[in-house]
This record gives sequence, C-alpha cells and structure tokens, in this order.
Amino acid sequence: MLMGYSFGDLGSIMAMQGFAGLILFSVFVLMALGLAVIFGQMGVINMAHGEFMILGAYVTFLTSRLFTTTLPGAFGAYFFVAVVLAFCAAGLAGMAVEWLLIRHLYRRPLDTLLATWGLSLILQQVYRSVFGAREVGVDQPDWMMGAASLSDSIQIPINGLIVMALTTLIAVGVYLLIFRLGWGKQIRAVVQNRAMAGAVGIDTERVDRLTFGLGCGIAGVAGSAFTMIGSTSPTAGQLYIVDAFLVVVFGGAGSLVGTVASAFTISQARSTLEFFLSGSMAQVVVLLTVVGILMLRPQGLFVLKVRR
Amino acid sequence: MGFLNRKDILFIGLLATLVLVVLPLGLEPFRLNLVGKYLTYGFVALGLVLCWGDAGILSLGQGVFFGLGGYCMAMFLKLEASTPEATKIQSTPGIPDFMDWNQITELPLFWRPFHSLGLTLVAIPLVPALLALLVGFAMFKRRVGGTYFAIITQAMAAILTILIIGQQGYTGGVNGITDLRTLNGWDIRTDHARTVLYFVNGGLLVACLLLGQYVRRSKLGRILVAMRDKEDRVRFSGYAVADFKIFVFCFAAALAGIGGAMFTLQVGFMSPSFVGIVPSIEMVIFCAVGGRTSLLGAVYGALAVNWARTALSEAFPELWLLALGSLFILVVVAFPDGLAGVYRKTFDPALDRLLPWLRRRPAAHPPAVLPGAPVASVE
Amino acid sequence: MADDTRYPLHRRRLMQGMAGASAAALLPWSARAQAPATAAINTTGLAVTDSTVTVGILHSITGTMAISETGSVEAEKLAISEINAQGGVLGRQIKSIQEDGASDWPNFAEKAKKLLVGDKCAAVFGCWTSASRKAVLPVFEQYNGMLYYPTFYEGLEQSKNVIYTGQEATQQILAGLDWVNKTRGSKTFYLLGSDYIWPRTSNKIARKHIEGHLAGCKVVGEDYFPLGHTQFNSVINKIKLSKPDVIYAIIVGGSNVAFYKQLKAAGVDLNKQTLLTISVTEDEIGGIGGDNIAGAFACMKYFQSLDNPNNKAFVADFDKMYGDKSVIGDVTQAAYLGPWLWKLTAEKAGSFDVDKIAAASPGVEFKGAPEGYVRIHENHHLWSKTRVGKALANGQYELVYETAELVQPDPFPKGYQ
Repeated sequence: MLMGYSFGDLGSIMAMQGFAGLILFSVFVLMALGLAVIFGQMGVINMAHGEFMILGAYVTFLTSRLFTTTLPGAFGAYFFVAVVLAFCAAGLAGMAVEWLLIRHLYRRPLDTLLATWGLSLILQQVYRSVFGAREVGVDQPDWMMGAASLSDSIQIPINGLIVMALTTLIAVGVYLLIFRLGWGKQIRAVVQNRAMAGAVGIDTERVDRLTFGLGCGIAGVAGSAFTMIGSTSPTAGQLYIVDAFLVVVFGGAGSLVGTVASAFTISQARSTLEFFLSGSMAQVVVLLTVVGILMLRPQGLFVLKVRR
Repeated sequence: MGFLNRKDILFIGLLATLVLVVLPLGLEPFRLNLVGKYLTYGFVALGLVLCWGDAGILSLGQGVFFGLGGYCMAMFLKLEASTPEATKIQSTPGIPDFMDWNQITELPLFWRPFHSLGLTLVAIPLVPALLALLVGFAMFKRRVGGTYFAIITQAMAAILTILIIGQQGYTGGVNGITDLRTLNGWDIRTDHARTVLYFVNGGLLVACLLLGQYVRRSKLGRILVAMRDKEDRVRFSGYAVADFKIFVFCFAAALAGIGGAMFTLQVGFMSPSFVGIVPSIEMVIFCAVGGRTSLLGAVYGALAVNWARTALSEAFPELWLLALGSLFILVVVAFPDGLAGVYRKTFDPALDRLLPWLRRRPAAHPPAVLPGAPVASVE
Repeated sequence: MADDTRYPLHRRRLMQGMAGASAAALLPWSARAQAPATAAINTTGLAVTDSTVTVGILHSITGTMAISETGSVEAEKLAISEINAQGGVLGRQIKSIQEDGASDWPNFAEKAKKLLVGDKCAAVFGCWTSASRKAVLPVFEQYNGMLYYPTFYEGLEQSKNVIYTGQEATQQILAGLDWVNKTRGSKTFYLLGSDYIWPRTSNKIARKHIEGHLAGCKVVGEDYFPLGHTQFNSVINKIKLSKPDVIYAIIVGGSNVAFYKQLKAAGVDLNKQTLLTISVTEDEIGGIGGDNIAGAFACMKYFQSLDNPNNKAFVADFDKMYGDKSVIGDVTQAAYLGPWLWKLTAEKAGSFDVDKIAAASPGVEFKGAPEGYVRIHENHHLWSKTRVGKALANGQYELVYETAELVQPDPFPKGYQ
C-alpha cells in the first residue's frame, strides 16, 4: 500500500498514464508537423494552420453525414475515407493559397505571417457562415469511441491509439518523402540554396507549392483526427495553435527531428505534471520551463545547419 | 529642432492639429473617447516602426509590453479603489476584490510598490523595457532574428496570457482588473476626465512621435537601417549590432507600455485580452497598414484600422471579419508600404512641385522607401 | 441594424402572454390607442418615440464565444418579436439594435457605451461570460442603463442596473448536491473546472457545502484547466485512481467536447459513474454528441424537454422561427426571459425610465416563463426552481428531480465565501 492505494492500482494507473503521455505526444506531433514542414522548408509561418486543421475537421463532419445518409452500412469505416478526403481538401486549399497569396511574398517572409493571419480571419468567418457559429457534433462509429482493456484495470482509449497510428504513418511518410525520395531532395535543395536549385533545373515554384500543400494537408489530417478528441467549431483551430507553435519553437523551428523531440519533451512533462498538479499549474510550470530554456537556448533544441 | 526638416514640422503639426483640435471639436465625447483608445495603439505602432520598419526586427509580442504597462497602471488604480471602507464586505478588507474571491488574505509582495503613484509611473515604461532587455539580450546576443524571433515573441505572448489567466488570485484572471475609479482622488470615469485624459494622451503621443523622429534622425537611427539592409557589413565595421537591436527593442517596449497605461486610464480596465497573440498581431497590422517605415503613417494606420473595425462591426456585425481579413491581405500584398507608401508615390512629388520651399534638405534625408521590399534580418 | 417586426404574430404566445401582461397588451390596436404620452413615460431622453422604443442586443456573434451566445441572441429576438406581435410595450413596438461583442471584453464595453450613449437604448439584453459583464458593468452604472444578463454565474455581484435572469451559484449548486447525496448515496466528490472565476467560485461553494452540510461527505480531488484545454487523459487517470462517487464537472466551451469524448474513450461509463455538471446545456451537447455524454446529470433550471404548456409553446415557436431542430439550453431560456421581464416591469412602472424600472423590478412575476414561473427578487436575481436532468443519447435531458419550492437567489451567500 502506498498513499492508501494498492500496488495493483498504482501499476495500472502508471501504465495508463504512460499511454496518456504517448497519446499527447502523438497529438502534439500531428498538430505541429504541418507547421514545421512549412516553416522549416519554406521559412513561411502559416498563421492559418489552425484553420486548415478545422477544414479537415469539417470535411470529416461532412463525410460522416454523407455516410449516414447514403452508406449507413459502411459507417464504421467512414473515418478512414474522411482522413484521406481531409488531406486532399486541406492540401488543395493550401496549394491554392500558395498560388494566390504566398508566392507573391517569398521575398518578405515576415509579411506571409500577416497575410496568413488575414486569411485565418476570413476562413473563420467562412466556416461560421457555412456551418453556423455553434459546434458541430461529429459522430464516430462506436468501435472508435470505446476503450481497449488490456487487463481488468488497464483501459486504453481506442481513439488515442488511432491518433498514434495516424501520427506514426504521417511522420514516417514525411520522413520518407523528405529524406528518401527524389522530391525530398528537391525540397532540401531549395531550402539550402534556392538560386542554385533553380539553376540546376529544379522547378522551385512547383516544389514550394507542393510543400505548402503537404503542410496544409497534414494539418487537415490532424483536424480530422482531432474530431475524435476535441470540438469542431469555427474557432476551434485557436485551441490547438498555441501548443503547435510552442512545440515548433521549442524544437528549433527549422528541424523536423527537433519538432518531434520537442513534442516528446513537452508532452511527457505536461502529462506527468498534470497527474501530480492541477492542470493549470502543470501548464504554467511547463511554460515557464520552456521560456527558461528558450532564454538560454533561443535557437530551440535542434538547430538546422544550413548555409544562409 | 535640428532633427526635423520643414516637411516634418508641417506634417507633425497637421497631425497634432487633427488630434488635439479637429477631432475634439468634431466628435461627441463618446466617440472622442474611442479615438483616444485608438490613439493608445499609436504608441505601439510608433515603436514598431523603429523596431520593425527601421531595424527589421518583427516583434509579435508588443501586446505583452502594452499589457504590462496597462497592468501597472491598473494595479495602482485598483489599489486606490480597494480602500478598506470600499471593500468592507470582503473577508479581508483592503485588498482587491478578486483576491478576496480567490482566498488570498494578504496583498502579494509585487503589488506593494503600486501603492505609490510615483513608482507606478516609473514602472509603466520600465517594466516592459526590462522584459524586452531580458528577451532581447537572450536572443540578439545569440544572433536570433527574423521569422524565428517573431515566433518566439509570439510564444511569449501566449505564455504570458496563460500565466495571467491562470494566476487569477494575483492578476484578476480572464476578467482582468476591473472597476477602476479614481487616479489620486480624481474620478477618471466622468466625461470631463475622459476628455482631459484624451488631451494628455494626444499630447504624449505627439511627444513620443518627436522622440521617435529624433532617434531615427540620429546616427543610431541610420545604423539601425544599415543593420536591416546589410547586417554583416555593419558588424564588420565594428558596431555591436546586438546592442543596437536590444536598445530599439527596449525603446519600442517602453512606448508600448506607455500606450497600455493610457489605455487603462481611458477604458477603465485592463484584461489579458490585450496581451495575447491576437492583439499583438493586430498591432503589427496597424503599423503595416499605416506604413512600416513612417512614424506618422503608423499613427494614421492605428486610427484608420480601428475606425474601420468599429464602423464595419457596427454596420455589418456578421461579416466584418471578412472585410478586415481582406484588408490585411490586400495591404500586405498590394501596398507593402501602407498608407505612407501610397502617399510617397503619389502626393509627395506633387507637394514638392507645389511648395518647393518644403523640400527636404539632402543631408537629413530620411530612411525612405527601400528599393524592393524590406528583407528580414538573416544572419 | 434595426430589426423590426419581421416575424409573424404567434397566436399561441399571444394567449399565453396574457397571464403576466397587463390588460392593455391584450388587444394591440386598442393598446396603441391608449398608449401613454411619450413625455410621461420617458423623462430621461431614452430612444422612445410615439410608436417605438429602442433596445440593444449585445452578444458575441464572432470569436470563440459565438458558439454559446448565438442561442441567446435567437431567444431575445424571438421574445421581442412576440412582444411586438402582442402590441409591444406601453403601446410601443420594440426596435432592436444588435451589436457584436466579438468575444472581446473591452469591445463589449465599447459597444455597451455605444448602445447607451449613442443609441439611447431603453434596455440592453446581453453579455454571456462573467468577464464581459464585469467589463460593461461600470458603463451601465455610469450611464444608468439597464442590462438583462442571461447566464448562470458565480454571484458576488448585485447592481441596480442589472437584472440577472440566470441563476447565481448557490441556486444552481446546493440543491443538486443534496439530491445526488440523498438519492444516490454519494459520499466522495471530485471537483473539476475550467480555470476562471465562475468554476472556481462554484467549486468553492460546492466544497463548503459538501464538507460542511452533507454528513460524511468529502472532496477527494479538485483540478482546474486552462480555458480551451483539450487534453484530459491525465486527469481522467487521476479520477480513476481516486474512484470518487461523483465527478463534479464545471468545464466550459470547447474543452467540454474534449473532456467528455476522452472520458468515454477512457472507458468511463457514465451510466455507472455518476457525473454531475452545471455547465453542459443542450447547446453544448450538440458539439459533444449525445452518445458521449448520455447518463450524465446536469443541474440547471431549465431543460428543453420540460413538460409544461409554456415550454411546449416556447419550443414550438422557437422551432418555427429558427428551423425544426433548434437546440435550446438553460441560458437560451434565461435570455428569453429578459425582454419579457423588462416589458412586464415597464408596464408595472408605467415608464421606461431606468430608475423606475430598477425600482419596480422586485416582485415582477412572469407566469409565461418556459421554465414555469419566475419572480424578481429584491436583489435583482430571479426566484426559480432548481432541476436535475439526465442526459439522453438524443441530446436532450430527462427531468429527474426538481425542487418543490422556488429557490431564493443569494448572491452573497453567508458561510460559503
């Protein structure tokens, strides 16, 4: 017995808490990855990241509606269709935004920030006009909302496991894409020396557009996944954006590895502290630590070494 | 007034007339108070012109400094409003009401200095400047700049908001510090007081504008611009680049703090909604709309955007965000130099032709529009 | 944005409003003929003409709070259109001016001032969060306006210039705790809340009540989360470890959705684990999903499913105006009370003057209230019943308990501070 609890209890709680930490880690990676891809590879801060996430969430909502009305039998699997659609929708929207807006601003990286901020205001209002100001309830199939029991007292949320799986998939996909495929080489070449990359025949504009689309697409997937664990409303993107930025900044904004490492650090610290402190206090402690470390190491955990 | 040329004197004079004579004569007290509120953002925009337009440092955390200045003022006013007589129904009389609601029984140590008006007035520019010093020192000494600096300051804004909201026993939480009544016994809620505060505010703004212009025309101002355009070359010429950046960042922070304090006085409360990411970005937008390289433009920008927002939200409560968002995009894409840029391209040459005696002396040529767009400092 | 009588007259409402209204309101045309002279009923320069009176509606229709405040706007507009259909107030049709608070507290203050000083509104229906009310309160007191505030809130406030049509904290909390203790034998409580004044004050009152007034009961945990928090797995584990009889949850906004979805996913079955909330109305369930919260108990004063003639007519009218699947929560109903109470008070006072309205308010009763019956207390809050409902999978609450008597509002509860 310890503090009035049996060791069996404490064991299962620790196991569940471990999973809670991992789930939080996955959530952080998922929401920060798109941001990090765009910022790290293009130097553009996408302030409308949260709104692209919500685009994914609304696509999921519409898909669920579509399945309930036309294909109720296949409802159990609608989510996977929705994720793909969310990726495509957000990705295409991202490419359109890049073409209409971002590409005119590459020489002024700070201005992209203001422009995408304006975009986020517009998107919020568009969502509000189309879907109404209230939250929409996205129905999940029953099998996704339950818990998997590992033992009598250890229960793992299935939606958490799905988020983890999705995150792994996306992270591995991004890794392969950027570090193993020819297209990734092009992206990295453009990051390191745009003029040179152009000179050897890389279509830098196309690379930019696809990269931006990829980042937004990942945001869409994140939004789709978060319908399982959070709310879907015109302004819900704001709920995630602060955490996403913190993760990216703390990781050293240029580096994808840094983003993952930072997501891991922050999520573990948060999840452990939340268990011992009140949720608010835990967040304060984590934030102050992050600030402290940023003061000592403002470049973030990992610094991308590139020729500037 | 060696740092002003004839044209500066004319235009600053015009602004002063507009703010101190035309608007007070033309507007009812309620609208005048609103304009006063907009003008407090002008202080922030002035700082941003120096910081962002001249030195190329984009801070997305100006709301933090604005908020700190505002909170300093609000703490003083709140203590004055929380006399033991006024708060006698509380379990602990004599402390602000929100502390009592949160079971705090003694005034926290960091509140104590705000019993004194003198210390408060010192703290208003000093506290923001000290925080800026800390952040600037950590960042610029390690040559962090550009976009990365921008998002770190943004994270800072987010963190401070969360801290203020979370520590509601000490800060008033999400409600902020409300129900402020008197300044040294003088009721700040009456229309008369509001009008007086408006003039104080307008006067201070013009003073800060002159101060800003002085800094820009000094050698320091020119080094800032040089740094923005070719940082390495300035560094190799033997200047301590980081120190200049830290200075201008602190200066902008102090200006924002003054704006915040004036805001508290005129609006009558302070809340964390001025500290976060959203207001910080909006302040940058004011500056961008007015023209990031023009002090006067920044003030007009703050006025114009806020006026547009009020007018749009009164006329189209359901659609004004669309209009505002489009305005931001339009300005950034099509008019990167804002109102001031439009003026410089179209009206300025005409003015020079019309009134040749106004033409600037070549020696004091200000850092005008750059060839091409301003590029963020990259190390 | 003047908003005239766009909506048709509803006969049912007309019949039902008779109960509380003065005889003059019965017959619109005769009422207008008898309407008192403007100079007599408006001595302070409010926007009252011989045929109209102007009021303000001040809620967030953009920003994060639009989620919650939309319902209030709808209810207030419905009430105003119904009153107009019955002949208006003191023979005058109500014109409403709507302003957007934009979820931004200082903006609320600015708009409130505009409504009072610029538009000379005779009354303003609005605000939702405590922060917005705190921001506008000095404005209403300074310019002597009248605010009808619909949300259940933390108490600790009373003003001549505000009528609080929602419950203050003790009205909403005590009866619910007594009920859960008595009928379900609950002894241990885990208190949760979003981190701002309403949940904190409410939980403070709950804790004092649990520890001081309920024999053998105790609080086994208390936790607060930043507004907008979306990750609750850690605290759910904590709750599982301490195995409380009751989870007492006061989580607001988007966090709600995250909390209940994650609670369900973590294997907590609300049909077995008692959960009592005072922050989830039918409005919030729309976002959470009925399946995810079914079995939880909510302590409010109104549920859309209430079975009384007033409420049936109210819901039908609401559906008629805003479409079939309208969702009506506790606050929406409280917002609906605002215009009616103001009308009844103005008729009692025989004047639109704010001072007279404020003085006449205590004792005004509204028998047509969807929640049944309400009366204004001397402290400008409402006497109303406290009810407990059980959440169903279809997004509605099923009434399981209501207090026998009206509960007295007590914004400064002795022994609970």
